[in-house]
Amino acid sequence: METIILFAPLVGALIAGFGWKIIGETAAQWVTTSLLFLSAFLSWIVFLTFDGVTESIQILRWIESGTLSTDWAIRMDRLTATMLIVITTVSALVHLYSFGYMAHDDNFADGVQYKARFFAYLSFFTFAMLMLVTADNLVQMFFGWEGVGVASYLLIGFYYKKPSANAAAIKAFVVNRVGDFGFALGIFGLFYLTDSIKFDDIFAAAPELAETTISFMWTDWNAANLLAFLLFVGAMGKSAQLFLHTWLPDAMEGPTPVSALIHAATMVTAGVFLVCRMSPLMEYAPTATAFIVFLGATTAFFAATVGLVQNDIKRVIAYSTCSQLGYMFVAAGVGVYSVAMFHLLTHAFFKAMLFLGAGSVIHGMHHEQDMRNYGGLKDKLPKTFWAMMIGTLAITGVGIPLLYIGFPVGFAGFVSKDAIIESAYAAHAGYAFWMLVAAAAMTSFYSWRLMFLTFYGTPRGDAHTHEHAHESPNVMLVPLAVLAIGAIFSGMVFYKPYFGSDESVGKFFGAIEVKEEHAQGYGIPFVAPAFAAGEESDGDDHGKAAWPETPGKGAIFKHPDNHVLHEAHLVPKWVKLSPFIAMLAGFALAYQMYIRRPDWPAKLAENQRPLYNFLLNKWYFDELYDVVFVKPAVAIGNLLWKRGDQGTIDGGINGVAMGIIPFFTKLAGRAQSGYLFTYAFAMVLGIAVLITWVSLTGGYK
Amino acid sequence: MGNLLSLTTFIPLLGAAILAIFLRGDDEAAQRNAKWVALVVTGATFLVSLFIWFGFDPSNTGFQFVEERPWLLGLQYKMGVDGISVLFVMLTTFLMPLVIAACWDVKTRVKEYMIAFLILETLMLGVFMALDLVLFYLFFEAGLIPMFLIIGIWGGKDRIYASFKFFLYTFLGSVLMLVAMVAMFTDAGTTDIPALMNHDFGSETFSLLGIQIIGGAQTLMWIAFFASFAVKMPMWPVHTWLPDAHVQAPTAGSVVLAAILLKMGGYGFLRFSLPMFPVGSEVMGPLVLWLSAIAIVYTSLVALVQQDMKKLIAYSSVAHMGYVTMGIFAVNQQGIDGAIFQMISHGFISGALFLCVGVIYDRMHTREIDAYGGLVNRMPAYALIFMFFTMANVGLPGTSGFIGEFLTLMGIFQVNTWIAVIATTGVILSAAYALWLYRRVVMGDLIKESLKTISDMTTRERAIFAPLVFMTLLLGVYPAPVLDTIGPSVQALIGQYDIATAAFESATQVASN
Repeated sequence: METIILFAPLVGALIAGFGWKIIGETAAQWVTTSLLFLSAFLSWIVFLTFDGVTESIQILRWIESGTLSTDWAIRMDRLTATMLIVITTVSALVHLYSFGYMAHDDNFADGVQYKARFFAYLSFFTFAMLMLVTADNLVQMFFGWEGVGVASYLLIGFYYKKPSANAAAIKAFVVNRVGDFGFALGIFGLFYLTDSIKFDDIFAAAPELAETTISFMWTDWNAANLLAFLLFVGAMGKSAQLFLHTWLPDAMEGPTPVSALIHAATMVTAGVFLVCRMSPLMEYAPTATAFIVFLGATTAFFAATVGLVQNDIKRVIAYSTCSQLGYMFVAAGVGVYSVAMFHLLTHAFFKAMLFLGAGSVIHGMHHEQDMRNYGGLKDKLPKTFWAMMIGTLAITGVGIPLLYIGFPVGFAGFVSKDAIIESAYAAHAGYAFWMLVAAAAMTSFYSWRLMFLTFYGTPRGDAHTHEHAHESPNVMLVPLAVLAIGAIFSGMVFYKPYFGSDESVGKFFGAIEVKEEHAQGYGIPFVAPAFAAGEESDGDDHGKAAWPETPGKGAIFKHPDNHVLHEAHLVPKWVKLSPFIAMLAGFALAYQMYIRRPDWPAKLAENQRPLYNFLLNKWYFDELYDVVFVKPAVAIGNLLWKRGDQGTIDGGINGVAMGIIPFFTKLAGRAQSGYLFTYAFAMVLGIAVLITWVSLTGGYK
Repeated sequence: MGNLLSLTTFIPLLGAAILAIFLRGDDEAAQRNAKWVALVVTGATFLVSLFIWFGFDPSNTGFQFVEERPWLLGLQYKMGVDGISVLFVMLTTFLMPLVIAACWDVKTRVKEYMIAFLILETLMLGVFMALDLVLFYLFFEAGLIPMFLIIGIWGGKDRIYASFKFFLYTFLGSVLMLVAMVAMFTDAGTTDIPALMNHDFGSETFSLLGIQIIGGAQTLMWIAFFASFAVKMPMWPVHTWLPDAHVQAPTAGSVVLAAILLKMGGYGFLRFSLPMFPVGSEVMGPLVLWLSAIAIVYTSLVALVQQDMKKLIAYSSVAHMGYVTMGIFAVNQQGIDGAIFQMISHGFISGALFLCVGVIYDRMHTREIDAYGGLVNRMPAYALIFMFFTMANVGLPGTSGFIGEFLTLMGIFQVNTWIAVIATTGVILSAAYALWLYRRVVMGDLIKESLKTISDMTTRERAIFAPLVFMTLLLGVYPAPVLDTIGPSVQALIGQYDIATAAFESATQVASN
């Protein structure tokens, strides 16, 4: 079944990509979409029936060289299962949505057929992403890792006539390669020390790595810390964390469904997945995880500040994604991997929804993306408005604080984001805690700003566009409705297995064995194992089940000294309230500035010009990188070429040559084509010398 | 089939002789006949070589299909293949029919052109099969003449300068190699390569002109061979002949040059430098590693600023060969496996990239990147093929380009992390220059008037690319055919190398005590 999930999208991509001329564009679209729905359906079955015990399915031999042995193989555990439903569900919905969104596109001339290509790329992306999450070794994961990079490159550059799209595509690929550079070094290092790139072997060796030192470049390092850090560099690139984030906002050049699927819900979360996947290593790398927490928190804050002032609707959401990924890294960094995955899951629903909602607005507004030209669209696009409203309520974290009825009551983001903030506090990560609370306030502000600018107030910009603004077709609204269910309920439903007690999480992730009688005692055949796994045992006869002391069992590992998950439930009340208060503050300010006094933003921007420009220009990272990396690379390239190759090397050799060549040509006499003859002559002379020598000294014995 | 190797080697020569003797005239029919004869002959060679491939036993690390007979002047004629060379033989026979098919549109002196390629094939195959020093030297040097003619006669407008450069570099390298060969013969009393591989060349440190030569005679001979192979690879800083040669060479010439001729350098290191002069390799290895690391970064940066498509790909070739030398002199299983894999894979990928340039050069007669732009609008099939090989060139997993790069880097990491880090930056730079090239040529709107009528690839062109795409993908997803073949031989090579260097080290320690 896992094999079908994995390869159905590839089959779809191949049929649509190469067969569309035969079967037609519409058929190609249907084939890819149906195969994706098949994958999604099977993924949910797998997720709900999965009992937490890790399985491995071999497919084919891959790279074998000496002690290095790599297979194409599927590793099934709770992390994989979680990612499967996220990827296939969002992807299937995005495929469906694209029927409507890509129906007409002004970027292509009439008669140019681009739809099959688009769907093929989407399906190919899905396949690569599935390869990434199902990998049972680092090299296969790297395959998926780079594969999604290519898919992302192709889709960002989908409007190949637009120079900005092409530039953004290259930027995305190259910046990701910077991350891959670290990832690859991490793989080399792990192979060097553990002699394997299989997860099982690496996990088993993790405690040992913590005691090992490795000599890397100029000095000796603690192996676990260094390797965890190098892998995290890969994660930084893929998940657009600070310093390697610059590609993500530019990636919005791609069609909006792409932004929803790749640059919000799935690909960008691969970095979080990597850190969770490597939890046994991370647990033994305290310095590296401290850095992850620091960088995640800083990114969450940084991206939120930039999001405050952006005018392009997609860029606001892009920065919001960047910021939310920072949240997930904080969770992973403090050691509550299940919570990171929890937020990854809920975020996939509400962020995909926000993007698809934004796409619906853009579609309805004839590809206008500047929010300054929106306004008052609530009545023109009522269904989209409600979808966006649910997404906003989810991302800003609306819920009923301090109420607990077996689970907290609130939208998805409320449950999972608060879980992260509480964990950060429980882990004594003060810096991260305050950064995340501040980011929560700003998240609320920019999300509501987006809502107010788009749907409230009076129409701005081109009157003609506004007159013709229309609600999107059902094929686009249905995916929104499905995602809305996720955005509302996924937090509450999955609270226990991802952020319940140590025991319920441990069972869900397979770290603690599930007792048979529970597994079968729920009457509902399909969902029983999953929910049984999420339950706590009554604790009567078997005593309290505990997490294993050493890595190897289950999808995630928790160091025996790591009690963050438990303590996160015991934080003071003000900590639990703080993100809620921050959210209210953000909302109030946005309401004040964009509903009650719409003249404020302009005045504020005027008064605080330097700060405003600093934020509007995204802290000048692009400009900085251009000066520090791009321009020097070209300058050095030119210098090496002109001065190095042509000046020094050729110059030197030509100088020598001018001395030698005339000598030989003289020697060769009046040959017709000098050089050719010289060469042949020299060679024959050489052979003659050799043969003479050999024959004189006895020859072959 | 006692003479399968000779048969494979000399079928092309036979074809060349047939063309030279029987084909008369230069009209269209004669041209067509010449091309068909060449295609059939290279195709037949490939088919015959398949017997070598299927008859080859990877678990046997010695030489197989050995032919040995006395020859003129008391020399011997000896051929054979082992796990290291058999793949180069297969690469050559596989690519040559495609090369012939790629020059289908040549109009000038077609018969001679075909003869040049056929002779070249014989000589290249000879290099990879020869098991006698003199025979090897003969093939190795003679191979340059047809290549020289191909560039000099059918090349671009600066072909004289390019040929001159080509001559000078190779000549200087070869002279030193010749001297070393003479020295080897004096020392070992034989020119038999397997015997020389088992011969212990002196490694006692002595001083020459006041300089301490660590590793003694081995180091000196190593340097002499290095001079020749490094030029051939080519390694930085003796690489500058390659971009010029590529730019001036006709498309088919470039393909052969990049895909096969460059591999002779790497093959030479594996056949001579490592097994015969292990101590020399151990002493000089770090130098090679640093030169390789510099080459990867240096030539990638230079590639970034090129205006000429062929030059850009040529510089990219130099960078990729940097991974090869680095892997070889890491002297561990992953390093050498990766190096050989990289050479084979580069044969397909760089060959295909030069063919990609050829496709549009044939239409527009310019290699200037700025003369293109927006080709995807009229040439979707071309855009797809070019994209595929661009990605293979940047080492995308799933293509063969990844495995060589990855294994060599994995190998070097175990030896020297500085080199590993510097070389790994190549994956960033290669993405930058390759995608930047692709963007300027293929992407964007088609606005240039001259390109408005450009046509997509013909069936013949697609047929040439199809086998290359297939191999690149196959080896990327299932590299076992290559890795299983080279594995045991490489393991044996490393085993002997380790014994020799360990003995040297203990000897030096005894001496210093």
